[in-house]
Amino acid sequence: MVHSRYLRDLDWPLLLIALVISAMGVLQIYSATLGTAWATAWWRQCLYIAAGLALFGLVISVDYHTLLTQAPVYYRLSILGLAAVLLLGKEVSGGKRWIPLVAGFHFQVSEFVKAVLILQIARYLADLKGDHLQARDLVKLGAMTALPAALVMKQPDLGTALSYLPILGMGIFLAGLRWRHAVALALIAALALPVGWHFMKDYQRMRLVTFLDPSRDPRGAGYQVIQSQIAVGAGGMWGKGVTRGSQTQLRFLPVPHTDFIFSAFAEEHGFVGVVVVLGLYFLLLMQVVQDAQMAPDRAGMYVAMGVAGLLLFHLLVNVGMVVGRMPVTGISLPLMSYGGSSILSWYLMLGLASNVRLRRFTN
Amino acid sequence: MSEDLSELEQQNASFKRALRDDPKVAAGRIALFQYASVAVFLFLISGFWQLQVRNPEFYSERAERNSIKALPVLAPRGKILDRDGRVIVDNHSSFSLILSREHLKAEHLPIIAAGLNLDQGELERRLYRFRSRPRYEPVIIKEELTPAEIAFVEAHRDPDGLAELELVHAHRRLYPQNSLAAHVIGYVGEVSEAELNSQEFIKYEPGDVIGKAGIERQYDEHLRGIDGQRQVLVDNLGRERRLIGFKEAVPGKNLQLTIDLDLQVVAELAMEGRKGAVVALDPRNGEVLAMVSRPAFDPNKFATRIRSEDWKELVSNPDNPLLNRAIQAQLAPGSIFKPVVALAGLETGAIDENFRVHCPGGATFYGRYFKCWVKQGHGVVDLHKGLVQSCDVFFYNVGSRVGIEDIARYAEMVGFGRKTGIDLPHEAEGVVPSPEWKMRMFRQKWYAGETISVAIGQGALTVTPLQVAYAIGGLAMGGVWYRPHLVKRPGPPEPPRVGKLNPENAAKVVYGLYGVVNEPGGTGARARLPGISVCGKTGTSQLASNQVLKSGKLGQPMKDNAWFVGFAPCESPEIVVVALYEGGEHGYLAAPIVRDVIKAYFDKKARLGRALVASNTRQFGLHLPAAAAPQP
Repeated sequence: MVHSRYLRDLDWPLLLIALVISAMGVLQIYSATLGTAWATAWWRQCLYIAAGLALFGLVISVDYHTLLTQAPVYYRLSILGLAAVLLLGKEVSGGKRWIPLVAGFHFQVSEFVKAVLILQIARYLADLKGDHLQARDLVKLGAMTALPAALVMKQPDLGTALSYLPILGMGIFLAGLRWRHAVALALIAALALPVGWHFMKDYQRMRLVTFLDPSRDPRGAGYQVIQSQIAVGAGGMWGKGVTRGSQTQLRFLPVPHTDFIFSAFAEEHGFVGVVVVLGLYFLLLMQVVQDAQMAPDRAGMYVAMGVAGLLLFHLLVNVGMVVGRMPVTGISLPLMSYGGSSILSWYLMLGLASNVRLRRFTN
Repeated sequence: MSEDLSELEQQNASFKRALRDDPKVAAGRIALFQYASVAVFLFLISGFWQLQVRNPEFYSERAERNSIKALPVLAPRGKILDRDGRVIVDNHSSFSLILSREHLKAEHLPIIAAGLNLDQGELERRLYRFRSRPRYEPVIIKEELTPAEIAFVEAHRDPDGLAELELVHAHRRLYPQNSLAAHVIGYVGEVSEAELNSQEFIKYEPGDVIGKAGIERQYDEHLRGIDGQRQVLVDNLGRERRLIGFKEAVPGKNLQLTIDLDLQVVAELAMEGRKGAVVALDPRNGEVLAMVSRPAFDPNKFATRIRSEDWKELVSNPDNPLLNRAIQAQLAPGSIFKPVVALAGLETGAIDENFRVHCPGGATFYGRYFKCWVKQGHGVVDLHKGLVQSCDVFFYNVGSRVGIEDIARYAEMVGFGRKTGIDLPHEAEGVVPSPEWKMRMFRQKWYAGETISVAIGQGALTVTPLQVAYAIGGLAMGGVWYRPHLVKRPGPPEPPRVGKLNPENAAKVVYGLYGVVNEPGGTGARARLPGISVCGKTGTSQLASNQVLKSGKLGQPMKDNAWFVGFAPCESPEIVVVALYEGGEHGYLAAPIVRDVIKAYFDKKARLGRALVASNTRQFGLHLPAAAAPQP
């Protein structure tokens, strides 16, 4: 009986949209890696999506309240995992982000911490009394987020570390923030900027500087942004066609199958393709928001909205970067960018959102 | 009570909790999030709109320039051959290095300069010169790469390497090592900025290698090919992925000269270590068989880009090795002008063959004493003896009888005072002085005494060696002058200029020139050749060119210039040779040079057993004494 209810109440539109977007990603990975060392990435991505679907099924089969109860355990495991990455992680191009698994697969802990943090924060907020957050809550929530973020920063992976902030921000926003706390947070953020600048790596600083003026260093850090803009612009209204984008095919575009996949997509599919895919993302986002609206309790609402906030953040930063309106931070495009951990983590989070909707009649 | 109370409290708490757990409480904030999402998506889509719809052409063009590289396919210049088809100027294969300014990183310049042994300042100036050209046009920065330099370029082919460098195959000019015929051939070089601004070079572009002097310049259009182009698709490392367009280079056409390498080599050797010029012409059609100017230069040093120190050395050399003396040295002809004066005397009737003068070693004209070159005098001198022994007093008298106007007229008829029209750039005209000329140039009256000087080839009279060969050759042909030229033309020769003169008078002069070489007391005995009737005339000019005198460059006392002009066979000339030996002191010292070249001509003719060129020999009534006739 349980299974038939799943089939009836499952958020089918969400799953369908996610699969369509993933398929577009596979196609683009195929096109962008044609004739390169990454030529087999597209079917690996298919495997990841299949695994993602399995994870999705697994997540919705367990009541999210159970998951919330277990959240502290996951959180502690996450911290341990991140520490383990720093101790025995595999170093790839100057950063330790992966824990090697069997058969050449690697496990990027920081991706899964996103889902854990969503649960952990939702749990904390749901247990609160009162209409507004107290200063004490803010400090606790801040510490809860800062600990994994600091560990990820240490890898160093600024992008992923930053992506924990919207989860926290969304929770605080929904739970209610006093004006004076908001002002205080803004002040702290303003003060944190120069401090953060101090702690940044040189290449991270360079990225921020060149974001403000890409022509400063057209062959260095600004190169990626300029090449991305050229690729997008050259796509025009209708695009150059699959495997026909010169920027993508001739590798002027940096990492056209991961962070800059949407740039490659825009070159080959044009403005029309861009509007279609961004439309799908918008529908997906609204579907997640609807899950939140249909949540049977606040905890569920927090969980779904955490996912929605993170999704919007990823879209804004990644797609904004592609058109040169956001700095290059190394944030992937959900469901399209190549990468097992990223795909699994997104299906996991979409599963959490669906889980909330699925449990709307229990109580 | 207390239980009730506690129950109430519990109810209250549970009520509060239920209220607190209502997810709809945050509905407003969720709606706010939805609006924010719409804003974010509009923000993103506007970014794509800006790039893809507003100005996609701008980015398409940039994407193309990113990936399409145009590499020049350099066309080889045509070879230059001698009259027998032997190669004088060839090309050899080499690698040139081009620099793509689009991909240039300023900080790479010192590395490139150091790796390729270039001067960084010069490299920067070179790139600056191309500032007006589109940036995607590559610039050739070095030719003739050594294996070590090629290795340097190849070693930097990686993403962080020197992506701006590209090797292309080139054909470099290869000239004979010993500067053979350097002035005739000239040299090639890269078109300069000054040249680009002139009308002559308007069709060229920076970086073009063009003929800068001599045949290379005169026939540049014929010799130069048309560069082709390869359009290749390159990836982000500049590696070629696919050929998308190919325009074949059109090689330049070969050019066959009239120069005979055998004669040229002889003339070159005869002038070794000397300063001056040799010109050998075929008076029957104007073909230049040999042309030498010394000192010479090595055209290989110009072949691509001359090093500035080499250039400075050439330009500052007081002997001016770049000057083609054969067509550019303007010097007093001295006694080799006497045949022209003799012709003028006979033609105007001022003298006849019986006209006699007593030479006591000098004579007074117009109150001034003019010496003969032989102090003790020649005794009684007629026209024949006057030419044979080059008696100055005889020609003073002839000159004074003929007058400057007629001397000038005949000097101009034989070809002095204007360009012969040879196919070389920058030919000099020389000067045939006349009262009209002096008035025009200096606003001064002509002095009668000047006529006496001109009569023996001095005074303001200046000629080029080529003019001498042209004039005397035409005279020896009985008054037929073919325009000298260096490039073989198919078909019959261009119609000659025919002088209005009595062939018998020409024959009398030529007979005198026969005596110069073959009779006892003749000044040109050193040009004598057994079995060949050689005619000739010596000349010793006391002045350096007027220009040198005027410019006051006479540091040390100038030695006299030696001239000799000879032709053979006297009765039907096939070759006329002039030698100018600057500082040679006396004309008879120039005679052996001419003899050697004439000998080489007839030796080759005997060896081949046939005439060297199609013969259109002209007989005009010259009858040599039986004793002088060539032995069979």
